[in-house]
Amino acid sequence: MLDHGQTEPYAAFRTKGLSKIYGEGRSAVHALRGVDLEIGRGEIVVLLGPSGSGKSTLLNILGGLDRASEGDAWFGGQCLTKMSNRELTTYRRNHVGFVFQFYNLMPSLTARENVELVTEIAENPISADEALNVVGLGKRLDHFPAQLSGGEQQRVAIARAVAKQPEVLFCDEPTGALDSTTGRAVLRVLQDVNEKLGTTILIITHAAATAAMADRVINFSDGAIRDVQLNNNPVDAEEIEW
Amino acid sequence: MVKPLHAKLFRDLWRIKGQAFAIMVVIGIGVALQVMMSGLVASLTQTRDTYYERHQFADVFASVVRAPEHVAHQLRDIEGAAAIDTRVTGFALIDVAMRDLPVSARVLSLASDNQHHLNEIRLTSGRRPEVGHSQEVVLLESFALAHNILPGNQISVTLNGSRRIFDVVGTAQSPEFIYYAAPGEIIPGHARFGVIWIGRPALAAALDLKGAFNEVLLTLRRDANLDAVLDSIDRILEPYGSAGAYGVENHTSNRFLTEEISGLEVSAKNVPPVFMLVAAFLLYIVISRMVQSEREEIGLMKAFGYTDTEVSIHYLQLIVMIALGGALLGCALGVVLGRLTIPIYTTYYKLPFLLFRLDASSFLTGILTSVTVASLGGAIVLRRIFRLAPAEAMRPPTPPDYSKTGSFGKRIVSYLDQPTRMVLRRVIRQPFRMLGAVVGIAAGMALSLSMLIIYEGFDEALDRTFNVIDRSDAFVTFTAPASNKVIYEMQRINGITLVEPVRSVPVILRNGRRNYAGAITGLAPNAQLFRALDASVQPIALPAKGVVLSTPLATILNLEVGESIILDIRQGSQPTIATRVAAITESLMGSPAFMDIDALNGLIDEENRLSGAYLSIQDGENTDVYNLLKDMPMVAGVSLRVEAEKAFQDIMDQGAGSSRFIMGFMAFAITFGIIYNAARVAKDERTRDLASLRVMGFYQSETAFVLLGELAVVTLVALPLGVLLGNVLSHLIAAGFSTDLYQIPVVFAPNATGTAIAIVVGAALTSGWLVKRDIDQTDVITALKTRE
Repeated sequence: MLDHGQTEPYAAFRTKGLSKIYGEGRSAVHALRGVDLEIGRGEIVVLLGPSGSGKSTLLNILGGLDRASEGDAWFGGQCLTKMSNRELTTYRRNHVGFVFQFYNLMPSLTARENVELVTEIAENPISADEALNVVGLGKRLDHFPAQLSGGEQQRVAIARAVAKQPEVLFCDEPTGALDSTTGRAVLRVLQDVNEKLGTTILIITHAAATAAMADRVINFSDGAIRDVQLNNNPVDAEEIEW
Repeated sequence: MVKPLHAKLFRDLWRIKGQAFAIMVVIGIGVALQVMMSGLVASLTQTRDTYYERHQFADVFASVVRAPEHVAHQLRDIEGAAAIDTRVTGFALIDVAMRDLPVSARVLSLASDNQHHLNEIRLTSGRRPEVGHSQEVVLLESFALAHNILPGNQISVTLNGSRRIFDVVGTAQSPEFIYYAAPGEIIPGHARFGVIWIGRPALAAALDLKGAFNEVLLTLRRDANLDAVLDSIDRILEPYGSAGAYGVENHTSNRFLTEEISGLEVSAKNVPPVFMLVAAFLLYIVISRMVQSEREEIGLMKAFGYTDTEVSIHYLQLIVMIALGGALLGCALGVVLGRLTIPIYTTYYKLPFLLFRLDASSFLTGILTSVTVASLGGAIVLRRIFRLAPAEAMRPPTPPDYSKTGSFGKRIVSYLDQPTRMVLRRVIRQPFRMLGAVVGIAAGMALSLSMLIIYEGFDEALDRTFNVIDRSDAFVTFTAPASNKVIYEMQRINGITLVEPVRSVPVILRNGRRNYAGAITGLAPNAQLFRALDASVQPIALPAKGVVLSTPLATILNLEVGESIILDIRQGSQPTIATRVAAITESLMGSPAFMDIDALNGLIDEENRLSGAYLSIQDGENTDVYNLLKDMPMVAGVSLRVEAEKAFQDIMDQGAGSSRFIMGFMAFAITFGIIYNAARVAKDERTRDLASLRVMGFYQSETAFVLLGELAVVTLVALPLGVLLGNVLSHLIAAGFSTDLYQIPVVFAPNATGTAIAIVVGAALTSGWLVKRDIDQTDVITALKTRE
């Protein structure tokens, strides 16, 4: 799976001519039009852009949830676009964490058990308790999702995503269903994870202000990258103007 | 213009077509069984009643040794008697080309006048014997067909010890031989037992009954009191060696047919409801899921101003369409099944015609019950629609609360991995739904298992009757009780290795007001070829005093070991004797009573007499033995154990064989319907959970476990319950179907149990596989990004 001509050390992600087309013929939709991109390790990357601009499609392909129509994507030295379904599952299992807008917790499992769901199958996890401490939920370990607020549920989802110590964390509108205070707290948690565990984090958001906390901001428009801005002084999530 | 709600209705139906079809099949089977069985009941009842009426089937029968014709006048005067006929009957042996052994036959006199007589035959070919042509006979159609005998052929018949050649001039059916078997057997072997009708003068001459009769047939007036009539007949015929008068309800052919009909009636009432309840449960979970996932739409409709009733009717229409679809499918299937079943009946029940008549009311009943029961299942769900406030309906539901299940066996839970905990918590959180599924599967399994157990019981009956109780090769009956000497005569025949005498004496067994007209069989002490066995299949040593009753007889007479019983013997000196029940014997055919042969002979002062004998014949010597037996004048008939066994085996292979298949299909359909629907609903409810697992890096098989695990639990719990219910049901069925004619043993049935388990597990795996295929095809991203 090693790519030819790639130099050490690998970037976290690299894509070349990445395209995604949904449908065929006249009804075909070009979700991605030949995206070339490189994302460094340990970066917090914010992807901005209107709905349908291609940011989620990119995230899904990089996260191993979807396949590109053309072009290639590499995770370190591994070419994602050449993996089988089972290999993609293994990739997600060992290297990647996801956080979604709707927390997607298992209602039948407590906060701790939701995290253990992942630690049981991961290669090198931290303990569920530790992961929940990281997100500040050390005291609500035995609560079921129905007993937690939206912000708390999202923090459990983050704990669940980071407990396997993934190299990358993908967050698709992680604060979309939350109020501003809770949203900031959740972003602070992501920043903590990045600082403490060195996790590369990709965040999709509609809230442009979030860009202030990113190392790299990628603006999407019509399936292509419009521009990439590097931010040398990312601010603390708490200071973000909502 | 199609209203939008109607468009939604059809689209919804199309969307859940798999589930809807599974439910329709369950309803369909229930309705089909009902239509088929009530149709058969109607067909058989109408055909029987018409046949009986047209051919004046008698209401009362009585046989005597010999009564002068003038006694008939006395009988005619009995209050309640409508018409009366006397006749002459006897037994004969028919020589047939394809068999070494002669076939035993009933011989009946046929009135030669042109008046209508009771038990009138129905000519199916040829003509009746002409007056004065004493060599002309009519043969029972099924026997003639079995031996390919046509009008114009001749048959050689041994009648009262002398052999004669008769001209067959016709074949006929008779209302008294709709169902018939060779004496001592219960399964028809049409080739092995014949009926011959001969002109009365000729038969009376042959049987030395000129100017006399030995059987009376009688019809009753509508207001007649049967018991009083029977008493009067018995009183009048007492001096002539009466064997006791009996009503049509005790006529063997009529009893078999009537019990078949009432068995069908019972099944038609009890089996379809099981399917209806299962279907109602399935509709409940499917519609319940639909209403849950369409909360927003329901809220929207209400916000637009649709009333609760209008919204409910929308969902009710869906339920009714599924129920109606299933009912119509069932009606069609029922007619097809009914038509297919008719030939099986006509094989065993010789009716002049049997057309599958639709019981129109069964259509209506089937449709009405399925729609009503299904709607009841749905109505429980629809209440929720009323409770939903429009605004509330449009907010996403809070996650289902599992906190109540959290305390469940913390110690146990700590040993389990998270996916297993998810499975268990769901099972515990929805106990009623799970219980419903468990009970439904168990009920479907119990229905099939009980029938399979019954069939295994038949196999056991076959084995016990023909290999354990009766170990002879042949049974010889004599025209009249013969002297002991015949035993020695037979033992001298080369090839016969063992001869055991039997004495059969007609008797009315009485205990207070209960009585039973049967026979006592006298067996030799330490008999080897035919034995009375106790409950643990050990031979019972017949005591010098007392009588051994078979279980059904003990039940009919309400007697236990040691209690006293009155034997009203109808032979010889016809004594009435009080004695005790010495033991109870397990028997599966008929309701015999046994005594020591010498003790029995002693009771009627006929020492050293036998009415028949069991024979053991050396292999390879059969033909010679048969030829010698054929020439013995006192031999009235020879029946072979292998033939009786084969007849039994044949009926098992034909009728029961196809039923086994149908039963298996029914269990499969119910289990499949339940598991498939439960799995679909669980899958719909948990699409997001499953997608989350996939995103987290769970493989497809691991994800499927979380969903299918709960179905595995349900199936596994249902299996033992199904086995238990099946066994209970089989006892009830066996008790319901066992009569004094035959008994169905309920046995430990490992094969039946194994088959039923395999069917249920197979159905569960099939539905699991179908749903897993769906899970694998689910679009993970869409599932995660949509609000529930």
